[in-house]
Amino acid sequence: MAVSIAAQMVTRRVDAPAAEDLALEMRGVNIYYGDFRAVADVTLPIARHEITALIGPSGCGKSTVLRAFNRMNDLIPTARLDGQVLYHGHNIYAPDVDAVEVRRRIGMVFQKPNPFPKSIRDNVAWGARINGYKGSLDELVEASLRQAALWDEVKDKLGDSGLSLSGGQQQRLCIARTIAVRPEIILMDEPCSALDPIATLKIEELMQQLKSLYTIVIVTHNMQQAARASDFTAFFNMGEARYGYLVEYGPTNDLFTNPKDPRTEDYITGRFG
Amino acid sequence: MSVIMASPEDAQAAPLAIGAALRRRWRPAEAAIEVGMFAAATVSIMTTVGIVYVLSREALLFFVDDRVSLIEFFGTTQWQPSIGFFGIWPLVSATFMTTAIAMLVALPLGLSVAIYLSEYASARMRGLLKPLLEVLAGVPTVVYGYFALTFMTPILRSIFGADVVEIYNTASAGIVIGILVIPLVASMSEDALHAVPNSLRQAAVGLGATKLETSVKVVVPAALSGIAAAFIVAISRAMGETMVVAIAAGARPHLTANPFVAAETMTGHIVRISGGDLSYATIDYESIFAIGLVLFVLTLGLNVISGRIVARFREVYE
Amino acid sequence: MSTFDVSTRQEDEQFADNRAPRHRSSRIWLGVFAASTIVCILALSALMYNVINGAFGLAAIEDSLDRATLAVDGVSIEEQSADQLQAVLREHVRPAMVRRLETERPFAERSREQLLGVVLETVVQPRAERTWPLDDSLLRRRAIEAEHAADFPGTRLEFVSWLSPSFVSRPQSGVAENAGVRTALLGSLWTIAITVLFAFPFGLGAAVYLEEYADHRRRINRVIQTNINNLAGVPSIIYGMLGLAIFVRAFEPFTSGAFMSAGDATTANGRTILSAGLTLALLVLPLIIINSQEAIRAVPSSLRQASFGLGATRWQTIWNHVLPAALPGILTGTILSISRAIGETAPLVVIGASTAIFVDPSGPFSKFTTLPIQVYQWTSRPQDEFRNIAAAAILVLLILLLTLNATAVVLRNRFSVRY
Repeated sequence: MAVSIAAQMVTRRVDAPAAEDLALEMRGVNIYYGDFRAVADVTLPIARHEITALIGPSGCGKSTVLRAFNRMNDLIPTARLDGQVLYHGHNIYAPDVDAVEVRRRIGMVFQKPNPFPKSIRDNVAWGARINGYKGSLDELVEASLRQAALWDEVKDKLGDSGLSLSGGQQQRLCIARTIAVRPEIILMDEPCSALDPIATLKIEELMQQLKSLYTIVIVTHNMQQAARASDFTAFFNMGEARYGYLVEYGPTNDLFTNPKDPRTEDYITGRFG
Repeated sequence: MSVIMASPEDAQAAPLAIGAALRRRWRPAEAAIEVGMFAAATVSIMTTVGIVYVLSREALLFFVDDRVSLIEFFGTTQWQPSIGFFGIWPLVSATFMTTAIAMLVALPLGLSVAIYLSEYASARMRGLLKPLLEVLAGVPTVVYGYFALTFMTPILRSIFGADVVEIYNTASAGIVIGILVIPLVASMSEDALHAVPNSLRQAAVGLGATKLETSVKVVVPAALSGIAAAFIVAISRAMGETMVVAIAAGARPHLTANPFVAAETMTGHIVRISGGDLSYATIDYESIFAIGLVLFVLTLGLNVISGRIVARFREVYE
Repeated sequence: MSTFDVSTRQEDEQFADNRAPRHRSSRIWLGVFAASTIVCILALSALMYNVINGAFGLAAIEDSLDRATLAVDGVSIEEQSADQLQAVLREHVRPAMVRRLETERPFAERSREQLLGVVLETVVQPRAERTWPLDDSLLRRRAIEAEHAADFPGTRLEFVSWLSPSFVSRPQSGVAENAGVRTALLGSLWTIAITVLFAFPFGLGAAVYLEEYADHRRRINRVIQTNINNLAGVPSIIYGMLGLAIFVRAFEPFTSGAFMSAGDATTANGRTILSAGLTLALLVLPLIIINSQEAIRAVPSSLRQASFGLGATRWQTIWNHVLPAALPGILTGTILSISRAIGETAPLVVIGASTAIFVDPSGPFSKFTTLPIQVYQWTSRPQDEFRNIAAAAILVLLILLLTLNATAVVLRNRFSVRY
């Protein structure tokens, strides 16, 4: 398995992570909405305990690819996927796989903060409770809020509504909520695009701390953010038939300083996008 | 109208002409129309004033009469005007009983239908079911009354026994009123559920929740104020319902907790008394206004509470 | 469900293995929600079934006057000529009744079939001793025949369509077998005409005022809006009481037609079509206003701005742009309100619909009865055959409403303006 992946990857980039270091892997994935092919033939590894950024011009399918990792596209009636998405070697799109469990293990933070209209405490505890968490919920809430770097700011007002926080705090609350169900991987769909620069900085620092415990995949249209915050980067582009495809993948430093594909270089230097 | 080209001489005279041309014009027609429209709007105020005045005046005449007192009205439990008993509780209790039975039917069914339509049904299903609900809502209440008497009562009698269930009873009236009210509960609740932003559903699903958990533990609580408002409006509607009880519930004011016997409600009584020969300025005439006043206050109170709930919690998610 | 056995995570023990019960409970509740919807469908079906069941069926018919006695020279009554039928009528029917029939339509102008119909109705006078519902009539015919032979000798067993063209064209009558809904239908139509005449202009005017002219920061306008919303929730019987006190009693000189010397002076009172129509107008006014407001609100502001930008006055904008664009919604809302008004019973009973009216309404000052009131009165009578004609009247009412709502849909599609 390791050989074939490496072989596939040689054509496009360098220094792919070894197979046993992969948390997720996409192989030959095409995503359709009805008859329209939105994403074409993506083969992409996601390294464990690293931050992988998906970049590219708008509309090239980055979010669709991200949402394919935790089967969120299932919520759209016309969406379908062929190819394989492997989690620990298991294809999560196999017919006997329970999407509910997939989503507990692979969590998601959305573009616009969307806390529940419940208290801060209930926001964090809810996901764990319905998944049957057996330990102490109070300890879990505190631990998750600490990991999300929000505990000090809210520890005296856990009963207040989650909506009473600022935008940046709400997003960290959403991160805490996701952490509370103990996922292995956290997917982030442009988590900072609705936030101000200071809040954005806090989230980026948070990502670096979370990296040691979780694997993070982040979609961002902000190249500078990808360049400074991620370890691996995948550059997507849009084809003539309006489908998205993977152009290049590699360690962030290499991709930004020495891109292999001219299209990558064009995008990075701002000639388009 | 020919196009007049400005000549250089005109330019000299222009500033004065422009000033005059720009001056605000009095348009009597426009003003009259606005006044007319306002007058139309005030008809509604006059209606409310009319209702309050009419009900209060006759009710006052009723209470001023020697044969009646406020204490007797609200304190005693027998309503038999022919022999001078004017305690309203039999009528009120029958109203409450039919309303309670109706709510037992309408609230669970209406909310379930709303959840199904909003969270589970495909677009095609929704296109079939919503017109169906509209048809149910459009059937005149007198038809529901016929249905209660000729279908529901025989069924109840065959289930519980003809000696237990009288021909006129509040149970079949209550059940049919419940069916009548389901579309109201369903459509108001569905609007409330629909207004919950999709991002909340996605957040719940992203945490590994099943569809039921998402619907019942996230969406319904978020829509709770709208659903509560729907319930309150439904209660108000059921209390004011007349024809079903007039046909199926009986013509005997009767204070009882047994839903299988006849008992006349407030609305049923008003309709029965006024349907017969009624001379003005008799105590019977005045009594129906007193009952009407009680009914009006109850339903208005419920509607106002419902409106407050909706307005207060309107912006709860954003 | 496949298990992820490549689990290197101790945290997994922290979560109970509760997915199977959660999925099961999810499926059960989906069943509950779907079942509720099915219950609604069943309720509507039961209603329709019940009504149709009552409007057709077998009946044990007995002639009050045996037809055989009317035979002339061996020719049965059904075969007799128009002249012979006329003779029968003059012989057997009271002179007052003959006069009435002649004024309605002279015998000479009636066809033989029509004369036969009159003879059967007034002379032969068939009566139904017992009626059976449609499902029994179709499925349990034998049993009914046996019952008929045993309990109702002297009657013949006939299949009766209580809903028939003659049912719609016959006037009201105290005898169920002869009764028709013509009087009530005309009463309903007259009443609705008055209702729309008053409610539509006032309702539309109020809606235009609230949406286009009113400044909603001013208190009076907020009061008006709240008031209208509250009025929409007032029980309809209260409107009836308002109508009784104001239109019937206080405005009696106007509504009885006395001031115009219309209407019969001796029996003139305020319980006329005019009072009924006005009362219903007040009832539907809030509905028309709210519906029209929504239609007007839906017109995009870009349309108004374009009009103002060209120097049009407010009324010109409203009349030329806003109202035409909002028209489909306004029409639909009005027709829905009319549907509601046609079905209203309680307020009109309180106002005093006539229980014994057999003459067609001739104008706004006539006494009145309406279709739903007939249904109410007939349902309240104990005899079987009154239930049957109540069911038939319900079908007429439902067909009327269906036609009205279908018209609403057609009108809405036809007048939809693309903007």
